[in-house]
Amino acid sequence: MSPELLQLIAWSTLDTLVMVGLSALFGTLFGLPLGIFLATSRANELFPAPAANRIVGLVVNATRSTPFIILVVAIVPLTRLIAGTSIGTRAAVVPLTIAAIPFIARVVEAAIRGVDQGLIEAARAFGASPLQIVQKVLLSEAMPAVTLALTLTMVSLLGYSAMVGAVGGGGLGDLGIRYGYQRFMPEVMATVVIVLIVLVQGVQTLGEAIARRLDKRARNS
Amino acid sequence: MNAPFPVQPRASVLPPNEPQARPIIAFAGVGKLYAARDNSAQVVALDGIDLQVPEGSIVGIIGRSGAGKSTLIRLINGLERPTSGQVLVTGTDVAALDERGLRQARRSIGMIFQHFNLLSSRTAFQNIALPLEIAGVAKAEIAGIVEPLLAMVGLSDKRDRYPAELSGGQKQRVGIARALATKPKVLLSDEATSALDPETTDQILSLLKTINAELKLTIVFITHEMSVVKKLADQVAVLDHGRIVEQGTTYEVFANPRHETTKKFVGSIAGGSAPAWLLAKLRSDHRAGDGAVLHVTFAGRGADQPVLSRLARNLGVDVNILHGQVETIAGHPFGSLFISVVSEPGVLRKIIGELHAGQNNVEHLGYVS
Repeated sequence: MSPELLQLIAWSTLDTLVMVGLSALFGTLFGLPLGIFLATSRANELFPAPAANRIVGLVVNATRSTPFIILVVAIVPLTRLIAGTSIGTRAAVVPLTIAAIPFIARVVEAAIRGVDQGLIEAARAFGASPLQIVQKVLLSEAMPAVTLALTLTMVSLLGYSAMVGAVGGGGLGDLGIRYGYQRFMPEVMATVVIVLIVLVQGVQTLGEAIARRLDKRARNS
Repeated sequence: MNAPFPVQPRASVLPPNEPQARPIIAFAGVGKLYAARDNSAQVVALDGIDLQVPEGSIVGIIGRSGAGKSTLIRLINGLERPTSGQVLVTGTDVAALDERGLRQARRSIGMIFQHFNLLSSRTAFQNIALPLEIAGVAKAEIAGIVEPLLAMVGLSDKRDRYPAELSGGQKQRVGIARALATKPKVLLSDEATSALDPETTDQILSLLKTINAELKLTIVFITHEMSVVKKLADQVAVLDHGRIVEQGTTYEVFANPRHETTKKFVGSIAGGSAPAWLLAKLRSDHRAGDGAVLHVTFAGRGADQPVLSRLARNLGVDVNILHGQVETIAGHPFGSLFISVVSEPGVLRKIIGELHAGQNNVEHLGYVS
């Protein structure tokens, strides 16, 4: 493979990492509070707002059931508004973030709902306010599960990021399609796939290691 | 079973040891309804509860599952709200407080749980510190409060261990220390020993007794185990289908259970009820040569009298012991004996009279050959 091609692969890898990193960051910024809201706002929960819970749940489901490639095209005006352009790596961050938010919200919700109800009752019995319960009990107890959930999100985003090549986003997916498929360069395609496999493995391993460190439930050290 | 002879009213028992202090918790006509929902009908969890908990006492509430114990104890710290009546804790009606007021009130009411409810992400020290953090105690002061508590429950060496590294008994000790962190006046115990083995249960119960004595802490606990009541409680209330069917000092209730539910609970701790082989042989009609079966409970002053030998001496009858048990309840001896005596009806009346004179409770169950 020529040095130019190798450099192209390196740049594409960096593009992918930037896209996935930024969309995971922004996705968490919005998705985490949304997930906490979904997990605590049904009737008789810490912040009961069943109507709002249902509406947010509906919007989240609707976004999640829209195929990603359609979402990318559908929100082009919004992308242009936020990123100033609708093509390129910067623009690709917008649909990736929009897709990540409801995904993160649901996995965070599941992680928080996994916290033993008895802990909430105990905290209430000690005079904790709902906000204190979220901060001191739910988030810290759910942290290992949230970490795994974010790892899962990152892996999904790696997959999605390959699709934004279709609308002019850069990254490994784009490289694979243009060089590997359209120019018929199987070695580029193979390299792209291998780099993606390595990235996914790396993210998964790192995420699991962090979650294990945070999880004090079964320590044998 | 109907006694063939009229049996005198139950003998009096010892007055309670504790002087009657002013109540720190008082339930007045408390009811709790769970509204009908979807297909399920309205549920009456509690009905007409009147209960007073003297300051510094240990009060046990016993009942089967579904009797309303959990709801009852949660009314004290406002985790549940009554649908009628008043729940006064140190003179304040908990039911009338708003959320903010409740949070304040809860800091003077500690609580421990069946499944400990410790945060798995926090060490023993950090778990005990949690209520202090919640109450806004300065970080610098927290260690000065938590360390002595760890020492008191005997876990100073487990300070930095996570709950997963502790045994059940140790977890409950952390739970107790955590409940005491905000220096409460009342400790609520929700089946705190039900998940522990008998030996650990005894250790936790004696720790609770020590805390009660040393810190003058009032303890209210719920349980479905009579053995826990026997070891821990000064006073007991028996809850059945949302009502208190019997209450009094632990000794009184044990010595003279009146309600069916209470009798079953008392019977559950050996010696209180007739063994199956005896019940199988028992007849209600008297035939020549039959022995009359009497159930004698030795309570209070009667418990340290030589009743059986006096019976034999004074009336010249032979007493055959069929089944029996003597144990200590709330620090007093309590005996339950099943005996048979061969005698004529006239003499039997005298025997029963003699036993009653010794302050014992006698029930004539029937005859065996």
